[in-house]
Amino acid sequence: MTHRIVVLGGGTGGTMVANRLRRRYGEDEATIAVVDRDDRHVYQPGLVFLPFGLTDSDEIVRPRQRQLRGGIDFHQSEVEHVDIEEDEVVLEDGTTLQYDVLVVATGVVLQPEETEGLTGPGWNERMFTFYDIAGAEQLARALDSFDGGRVVVNLVDMPIKCPVAPLEFAFLADAYFSERHLRDKVELTYVTPLDGAFTKPVASERLAGLLSDKRIELVTEFAAGEVDGERGRLVSWDEREVPFDLLVTVPLHGGAAYVGRSEGLGDDLGFVPTNQRTLQSLAKANIFAIGDATNIPTSKAGSVAHFEGEVLEDNVARFLEDRELSTAYDGHANCFIETGFGKALLIDFNYEQEPVPGHFPTAIGLPLLKESRLNHLGKLMFQWLYWHVLLPGRDIPGISAEMPESGKRSQPEPV
Amino acid sequence: MTTTEIAGVAVERDAEGFLVDPAQWTPEIGEEIARESGIPELTPRHWQVVRFMRERYLATGTAPSIRSLGKESGVPIKELYQLFPKGPAKLAAKIGGIPKPRGCI
Repeated sequence: MTHRIVVLGGGTGGTMVANRLRRRYGEDEATIAVVDRDDRHVYQPGLVFLPFGLTDSDEIVRPRQRQLRGGIDFHQSEVEHVDIEEDEVVLEDGTTLQYDVLVVATGVVLQPEETEGLTGPGWNERMFTFYDIAGAEQLARALDSFDGGRVVVNLVDMPIKCPVAPLEFAFLADAYFSERHLRDKVELTYVTPLDGAFTKPVASERLAGLLSDKRIELVTEFAAGEVDGERGRLVSWDEREVPFDLLVTVPLHGGAAYVGRSEGLGDDLGFVPTNQRTLQSLAKANIFAIGDATNIPTSKAGSVAHFEGEVLEDNVARFLEDRELSTAYDGHANCFIETGFGKALLIDFNYEQEPVPGHFPTAIGLPLLKESRLNHLGKLMFQWLYWHVLLPGRDIPGISAEMPESGKRSQPEPV
Repeated sequence: MTTTEIAGVAVERDAEGFLVDPAQWTPEIGEEIARESGIPELTPRHWQVVRFMRERYLATGTAPSIRSLGKESGVPIKELYQLFPKGPAKLAAKIGGIPKPRGCI
C-alpha cells in the first residue's frame, strides 16, 4: 500500500522533513505533498542583518519549490482547513488532499494588529518590525535617514521566533550607529516583558552585562499593551510609558490562521499541542508537528526544527509501520547571537540544561556564552549549510539532535 | 524546595513560592498566598481568574498565558494587571496552587 504523507508548510521544518521522507521512501511506497501559500523561502536568520544593509533580500530568499527533492508534489495555496476526523486537508484553491500522516509545519504568523495602535498612525513610518522581508526593508530605509534620537527595541510578548533576535538587533544597532559616528546622538533602549534580558538565568545575566557595556538601557517586566504612534509612546498594561522616535517591535505571534479553522487541531493561540518528546500531536495519532507551529516548551528557532527533523522522520516511519514511537527529542536548541563589530555569542541548551559557558560541540569547539569572532564566522557559514545540507535533509557531521554535554561547564564561572 | 505551613496545612513550595503539588491546594491557601503577595483580599473578579487558571491547568496540564487569559477568562488584560499587579498569569497561578506558567522560553 502506498502511504500518503501531506506536509503543511514549506519552510525550514516542512522542507527538511519532506526531503528526509522522500529519501527514505521510494515513490511506489509513499506519495509526499507539500503545501505552502507562496513560493518564497526566506532564510530567516538573515532578517536581522537586512535593516543594517549587511545582506539583501535577493541573498536570503529562494523559491520554496526548488528546495524540494524530485518526487514531491508542491501545492501553492492557502490551507482552508484540516478535517482531522476525515483525515483530509482542504485547500483554498479547492483541492482536497487525503492523508495517512499529516505533518504541520506552518510556523507562526505575526499579529501586529493585536496590539492597540501598533498598525495605526506611524506604522512603517516610525514603527517597524524586521520579522518579515517587507518590514526589514522599510526599516533599512528609516535607519538610513535616522540622525539621532530615541530608538526603542520591544518584544510585545512571548512566544516569539528566535527569542535572541531582538537582542541581536539592539547589539547590531549599537555597532551601526557607532560606525556612522552617531552613537552619542542615539539613546538605545531594550524593553521586554521578561524579568531579565533573556529567559534563562545564566545567559540572562551575561546578556544584561553586554547590554550595559554597550550603553543600551534595559527595561524589564514591561508588558506592552498599547502604542501611540503619533506621540511616540509605548504604553504598558500597567500604564508605564517609554518614549521613542523610532520603535522596532517584535509583534505578537500566533499559529497559522487555518489552525483556528480546523476543529480540534490547535490551542487558543493557534499552536498545535504536541508531545514534547515524540512530536506527535495530541490532536490525533496520525498528525505530527514540527518547528514554530508546536506548543512545546523550547525556543521557536530554526535549530529546533533542524534537531526535531531527525526524530520526526523516524517517528513518521514508526507510525506508518505500526511500531512504538521514539522519545528521542530532548528540546535541543542552538543559537548564534550576533553582538556587533564582527563578533557573536553561541548558546546551546535543551529542556533540562540551560545555556552555560564552555565549548560546543566538545571541549574543543566554538566558545559558548562568550563573544568571539569565530562564532560570527560560524553564523555566516551556517547560511551555506542551511541551503545545502540542512534543507536537503542531510546530517551535519558532529552536530546531532541530542544536545552534547561534554564541553559544557555546569557551574558557570563568575561574570 | 521547602515545606511550609500555610493556612494550617503543610505544603511543599518551590524556590519562587509555587506549590509543588496542585492537589494540596485549598481556597484558604490561595487567600494566604495572595496576602503574602500583596493582595489583601481576593474579590470575586480575582477568583474568576484564579479558578479559570486552575481549571484550565487541571484539564490540559498547561497554565494559560496572559493572552489566553485575556481572550477566555472573561476578564480583559488591562483589568488583569489591576487585579494582579506586574505579572497576572504568574501571580494567579501561584494563588491557584499550580506551577509557574511556562510561557517564556
